[in-house]
Amino acid sequence: MSLPRFRTERRELNAPLLRFLAPLLSILVALFVAGFLLLAAGVDPAAAYLEIFRESVGSVYGLSETLVKATPLIFAGLGVSFAFRMQIWNIGAEGQIYIGAMAASGVALFSGIENHLLMLTCMLVAAFVCGGLWAGVAGLLRARWQVNEVIVTLLMNYIAILWTDYLLFGAWKDPKGFNFPLSAQFSDAARLGDYFNTRLHSGFFLALFCALLLYLLMERTVWGFEVKAIGSNPQAAQYAGMKTGPAIVLVLFLSGALAALAGFSEVAGLQHRLIHGISPGYGYTAIIIAWLARRSALGVVVVSFLMGILLVGGDSLQLTWQLPIAFIYAFQGLILFFLLAADFFLQYRIRRVAGGDA
Amino acid sequence: MIDILLDATVRAGTPILFATLGALISERAGIINLGIEGLMLIGALAGFSAAHGCGSLSVGLLVAFVAAMAAGAIHALICVQLRGNQIVSGLALTMFGIGITALFGRGMVGLTIDGFSRIAIPGLSRLPLVGKAFFNQDAMIYSSFLLVAVIWLFFYRTRWGLNLRTVGENPAAADTCGVPVERYRFLAVAVGSGIVGLGGAYLSMAYTPMWIENMSAGRGWIAVALVIFACWSSPRAMLGAYLFGGITALQLRMQAMGTEISAHILQMLPYIGTILVLVISTLRLQKGAGQQPESLGLPYDREDRK
Repeated sequence: MSLPRFRTERRELNAPLLRFLAPLLSILVALFVAGFLLLAAGVDPAAAYLEIFRESVGSVYGLSETLVKATPLIFAGLGVSFAFRMQIWNIGAEGQIYIGAMAASGVALFSGIENHLLMLTCMLVAAFVCGGLWAGVAGLLRARWQVNEVIVTLLMNYIAILWTDYLLFGAWKDPKGFNFPLSAQFSDAARLGDYFNTRLHSGFFLALFCALLLYLLMERTVWGFEVKAIGSNPQAAQYAGMKTGPAIVLVLFLSGALAALAGFSEVAGLQHRLIHGISPGYGYTAIIIAWLARRSALGVVVVSFLMGILLVGGDSLQLTWQLPIAFIYAFQGLILFFLLAADFFLQYRIRRVAGGDA
Repeated sequence: MIDILLDATVRAGTPILFATLGALISERAGIINLGIEGLMLIGALAGFSAAHGCGSLSVGLLVAFVAAMAAGAIHALICVQLRGNQIVSGLALTMFGIGITALFGRGMVGLTIDGFSRIAIPGLSRLPLVGKAFFNQDAMIYSSFLLVAVIWLFFYRTRWGLNLRTVGENPAAADTCGVPVERYRFLAVAVGSGIVGLGGAYLSMAYTPMWIENMSAGRGWIAVALVIFACWSSPRAMLGAYLFGGITALQLRMQAMGTEISAHILQMLPYIGTILVLVISTLRLQKGAGQQPESLGLPYDREDRK
């Protein structure tokens, strides 16, 4: 008797509904498996999950906090997913957020502008341009010399974070800050408004606006079509006369610029100063968001909200059980693993082959 | 002075060397592994906690190897069997590693072990300049020298090594010749991951014998870049790792001497250096110096075989 053998076959079906259910299913399975991890770390998973849910969406204030957390995630998620569309891997959203926060803070602290609207506009433009240029360096290296953009954007994260610390421990340190790595507080002109006595600020609506804009750009313009075409088949696009080089630089510029807006919105809307660790890994979470959202701009908004729930809940678990906030990464890694596995079963079926060589 | 700096260079370069060698084996089989940073952390925590629990450094190393290999097997399963996206899976592995070590490492913070101690090789260790750096080191550093040679011999002097290289270059051809492509790829990723785990263990058991959350601090990413610098060859990986060990050692030395330059700026040097080296080695590759495995990053599906 020979052992049963299996072989995989491509499925013919193309079920859009299943494609969108797969991310949700992956999140559920990841919750289940992460439950065992929590159990092993001495935390009751049921109680932890209940707390995550209660703290994040169980009250109006909780909901507002979830939207506050979702805000930088939407910006960075948009940036990353936009680059993914062209098969460009921008893993540097984290650093781009820092650059955006630094640029916006620089304007807020040293420009001396007193007009509210002018100040905010200048901060936004500074963040956008600096973040874009920062990511654009990786774009230029990739377009000109085929240098791997995954590694370059990633290493630049460390540089951006160290640069922020250099300023906060040096020239930008608040003399009244008891030696903490913080900048001075911004003037009122440099602050985005907030709403309903919560920390929800205009940055959230700006993020939604950017999502809509990006959606229209990708789905309704010729340029969006070109970007998608280059992404799905670079050779064919080149053959059709599209210039891939400049497109790569521009896509990374815009990708970094969008992520940098997360930095702008965090300093102008939430912290009202530049602080050490202004992004506790939003840029990395953005990668998951972009992948779960299937790279669609509107999907990014939905998934960012889900991740916001996780982060708000994670913060409260940190307080109640002293769980390190980084454990949320384990969770996010699991979600991605399961999504990749689910995608396989969407594309292939496994058949048992009776004996013999497969 | 130079001999002290050289000694510090080898010590700082060793964790990167193990990580680069592990990544190299996986890439030789055609699978990109961006999980190196996470695997180093898993190795660091697993090795440290086992060594602390059992009081044995060798048990620590074994556990570090096995834990990182098990985590790497997830990546292998997704990339090889399930033909998933290698970049996304690798990133997921890094995040998983950062998260899971933060979760399980919280009880380990502040504990210490007696790390690896130096063993002087009689005679050689008294050589001027290089004696201290290469012949008065700990057992793990000597093993890393050996590993560089073993990996080179494996790839260029054994049938299995030849098969593995073929699987990375042209899996369809290997398949036609009866080489089990999936098995080779799976094992290369898993064993490579285990070796990366040893690099992590070097950090927590020899370099600074303790556990600190996120202690790999980007070394895994430097290793990913160094594989390209090394043109997928183990002796060149050694050169690259010591180059970065050198930058780190120099930076620490400058800080210790109290230079005017801010510590934050000095800490940027290895990352800036890596980007520069990456650009230079990519340019060299295009001029025909060495070649990346032809099928690197491409999943292999037998049905597509032509």
